Amino acid sequence: MKVREIVLTGQYICEEDGRKISNTVYKEGGKVFSKVVGVLKITDEEINIIPLKYVYIPKVGDRVIGIIKEVETSGWIVDINSPYLAFLPLAEVASSYVDVFRTDLSKFYNVNDIIYTKVIKVSEDKVINISMKDEESRKLKDGVIVSITPTKVARVIGRGGSMIETLKKGTKSEIIVGQNGYIFISGGKVEKAIEAILTIERESHLYGLTDKIKELLKNE
Amino acid sequence: MSKSNKIDLIVGGKRLDGRDFFEVREIEMKVNVVNNADGSAMVRFGNTTAIAAVYGPRLLLPKFLQEEKAVLRCRYNMTPFSTDERKTPGHDRRSIELSKVIKSALEPAIFLEDFPKTRIDVFIDIVQADGSTRVASINAASLALAMAGIPMRDLVVACTAGKINGCLVLDLNGKEDNFGEADLSFAMMYSKNRVTLLQTDGEFSYEEIEILIKELKKACEKIYEMQKSTLKDYYQKYVE
Repeated sequence: MKVREIVLTGQYICEEDGRKISNTVYKEGGKVFSKVVGVLKITDEEINIIPLKYVYIPKVGDRVIGIIKEVETSGWIVDINSPYLAFLPLAEVASSYVDVFRTDLSKFYNVNDIIYTKVIKVSEDKVINISMKDEESRKLKDGVIVSITPTKVARVIGRGGSMIETLKKGTKSEIIVGQNGYIFISGGKVEKAIEAILTIERESHLYGLTDKIKELLKNE
Repeated sequence: MSKSNKIDLIVGGKRLDGRDFFEVREIEMKVNVVNNADGSAMVRFGNTTAIAAVYGPRLLLPKFLQEEKAVLRCRYNMTPFSTDERKTPGHDRRSIELSKVIKSALEPAIFLEDFPKTRIDVFIDIVQADGSTRVASINAASLALAMAGIPMRDLVVACTAGKINGCLVLDLNGKEDNFGEADLSFAMMYSKNRVTLLQTDGEFSYEEIEILIKELKKACEKIYEMQKSTLKDYYQKYVE
C-alpha cells in the first residue's frame, strides 16, 4: 500500500500566496510551516494539514455523540470527547413547561446515557451548548461507543459515505458516527465493527483502505 | 562551584567509554510506548533512558487556575532503581527543579494559545540514569508531544556538553557529570535556530562556550534528523 505524504511538526510546506490556512499550520514571514504530524492537503484556495492525532474542538452545527456526566437543576453536563464539557439546557429538551423544583431531571436523561445531539452554540470562552430539538437528535440505547481521533471521522465515513456503507453491510450493525470521534455501534457483529473501525483509525494515512476493510469483513 | 577532580576521565586521548571528544553516545528512539497516553516516546542516550507520556489537552480544574491559553505541566521523576544506589522515591528538590527546567525548554515551542482553559500534562520517568537525564527527557517529551497532536513550532532537540580534565566534550555520561569540571545543557528548535534552554554548572570561558554551542548545534542536527525519521517510520510500519 502507498502512504499519503506525511508532514512533520515544524516542516516547511510552501509559500502562502494569499491562500487560506487552516489552524494546523502557521506562517512566519509569508512561509507556511506545519504545527502537527499529519497528512498534507494543498489546493488553490487552502493549505490544510489533517493531523493524525488531535482533540475535538466543537463547531456550531456539528452532530456529536455525548455521554451524560452530571444532572444539574436546569440541564445536563455532557462529555463530547473534547477538552471542554458541553451543557444541555432543559429548554433544549422539553417541549412544554417543566417545573425544575418539582421534577427530577434524571427521568429525561440520567448519568451515562448516550445521546446523539447537535452543537448549537460555542461562546468565545468555550462554553458549549448542545440541543436535542432536532429531528435526528435522540437517545441511543443498547450499544457500545468506540472513541477514535476526531480528525479521522472523515475516513470512517469515506467519500460519499462509501466506507460507512461497507461497514454497515459487512457487519449488519447500526453505526452512528459523531463528528467528535465517538462512534455508536449496536446490533449485528459488534466486535467485527469495532475491529474494522480501529483498523481505519490506525491506518488512515494509507491508500486503498476501503478494499482492506472489505477484505477484513469478508473473512468470516 | 568546585567539583572534585580525582579520577582521570581521559585516557590515551579517548574518553572512558572509548568515545571521541565530540562524539554522542548511541541513541535509540521509539514512539507510542505507553498505550494509555495520547502520545508517548522513549529516548535512550547510551545507558540513560527516559520515557515521556503526554496527556491532553484536557480541561483544567479547579476553574480559578484556568487561563486564556493552555497550561503546560511537566513532572520529571527518577525511578528508585535508575541509579547505582537506590534513589528515595518521590518528588524532591532536584526533580522539582528539573521539571521546571524541562517545562520552560518546551513551552516556547508549543502553541498554548490554541487551547484556552486546558492543561497539557507531560510525565517523564527516568528508567535508567547515566548522566544527561534532562536532555534525554526533553527529547522524549518533544517526540511525545508531537505524537499527541499538540501543535508545535518545531521539535525541541537537546544535548549536553561539558569540560572534563580541561577538555571540551559533548554528551556527558554519569561519571563525567560527577567528576568533570563543568557541564552545559542545551535545547533548541533546530529548524528555527532558536535556543530554548542554556544552563551551565561550573566555569567556562567565553571562547569555550562559543566552541561548545557550535558543536552542540552539529549534534542537535543529528538528533533532530533522528527524531524526524522516528516519527516517519512509525507511520510506515503498517505498509506491507
